[in-house]
Amino acid sequence: MALAAVCGGQSSSEHFGQLFSGKQARLFDRPNHFSFGTKIQEFAVPVGNEPSGFLRSCNREEGVRIDLNHGTTTLAFKFRHGVIVAVDSRASAGNYLASNDVNKVIEINPYLLGTMSGSAADCQYWERLLAKECRLYRLRNNHRISVAAASKLLCNMMLGYRGMGLSVGSMICGWDKEGPGLYYVDDNGTRLSGRMFSTGCGNSYAYGVVDSGYKEDMTVEEAYELGCRGIAHATHRDAYSGGSVNMYHMREDGLIKVCKEDVSELIHRYREGMF
Amino acid sequence: MLSAQNFGESGKMKEYHYAGPTEHRFSPYAFNGGTVLAVAGEDFAIVASDTRLSEGYSIHSRDSPKCYKLTDTTVLGCSGFHGDCLTLTKIIDARLKMYKHSNNKTMTSGAIAAMLSTILYSRRFFPYYVYNIIGGLDEQGKGAVYSFDPVGSYQRDTYKAGGSASAMLQPLLDNQIGFKNMEGVEHVPLTKDKAVQLVKDVFVSAAERDVYTGDALRICIVTKEGIEEQNIPLRKD
Repeated sequence: MALAAVCGGQSSSEHFGQLFSGKQARLFDRPNHFSFGTKIQEFAVPVGNEPSGFLRSCNREEGVRIDLNHGTTTLAFKFRHGVIVAVDSRASAGNYLASNDVNKVIEINPYLLGTMSGSAADCQYWERLLAKECRLYRLRNNHRISVAAASKLLCNMMLGYRGMGLSVGSMICGWDKEGPGLYYVDDNGTRLSGRMFSTGCGNSYAYGVVDSGYKEDMTVEEAYELGCRGIAHATHRDAYSGGSVNMYHMREDGLIKVCKEDVSELIHRYREGMF
Repeated sequence: MLSAQNFGESGKMKEYHYAGPTEHRFSPYAFNGGTVLAVAGEDFAIVASDTRLSEGYSIHSRDSPKCYKLTDTTVLGCSGFHGDCLTLTKIIDARLKMYKHSNNKTMTSGAIAAMLSTILYSRRFFPYYVYNIIGGLDEQGKGAVYSFDPVGSYQRDTYKAGGSASAMLQPLLDNQIGFKNMEGVEHVPLTKDKAVQLVKDVFVSAAERDVYTGDALRICIVTKEGIEEQNIPLRKD
């Protein structure tokens, strides 16, 4: 496949073959095992078990609890003046709040950004890998990668590990030759282009707020307000979302970070009469 | 002591009976306890851990610290499953040496954090059961703390607690260092001596209430002069 070859995708299909070849011993007999994954990325797999059930089975043993960072609300919508992206900043591990101050947006280049929801490690890793591939594309082809191509790259990475328990719900937003672009990519390999998306466990609340306030001819200020409201109300009702709202605006001349506002202040402002 | 479960409805002891086939499986993991904590200051970083190694109801060792010196400016604290901690630190040491030989310089704290993230993620489907916290100085000489989950998600913090007593320590740190939940308090920047005292107090509290934390406290203080170690005794019960 031409795209796979250009982007170095060959190595991941090679691993796919090894994981299912049944000869697990091969993974450890190779002479370059001691390069520790510096030359090509290697993934270790538990022998015999299917990986997605493995962690769940370990959590039943006494004392052993492997909880991974999780949970979010993110939203993005296109309007006349570009794309607004708003995310919360909470990471929970089981019932413990690991952090209220996580950065869930990765700025791939000044004209492309990706959001993260689902498993924090999966999103961070695959989107950093996507950023690397986008940079290589720029160096090899002397023009920036399009939003459609970048989202396709991520989608194909997800398809390579489909069914293995990854959890990624990401939106790739940018401005390229076609204008503003917004794609939703998830761990099943779904890739959709659209005007508005919201992901994460708080997405239904965000959809309700943004759908009711959206107007095509909004001013920039109104759009900022709508993005903040969507996330703030979602964090108010969803236990696994919270912290602060990080908002970005993707414009023709690049992305800008609009604000970082604490959600409790916002909720007090919006629901004055209630408290 | 005999529990009520051994007695049936009539008050007589129940006969032993075979409950049906049960499955015993080998678990590749064990929980060895321990707590780790890291604090970043203006020009210093502190990484502290207790030294108790336990499994179930037993204590294997009272002198098994969980801080590992990686470079002159970086210390790693790891708690969870001791076997995975040992292997992980071996792999990190090997990768640090490889980097030094290829690039003729020592890895910076930020680079070590990014590398640890990919090392942990390479075991995404069969994780290292280790909660890592890196403390050190960044390129500008300021204190930096990076905290990780078992599969490699990480971020830079000012302070973080990990391990068995983390849920007890983190709120205390949020209050004392982050000044959260306090109104009208002046945000004084943390000095090194105050930070060390705070870490000692915080571990004494943890040893009171967490069974897996205790015995002794090992503190590593990272400054531009180097890494200073202190050992303080904690409750041994």
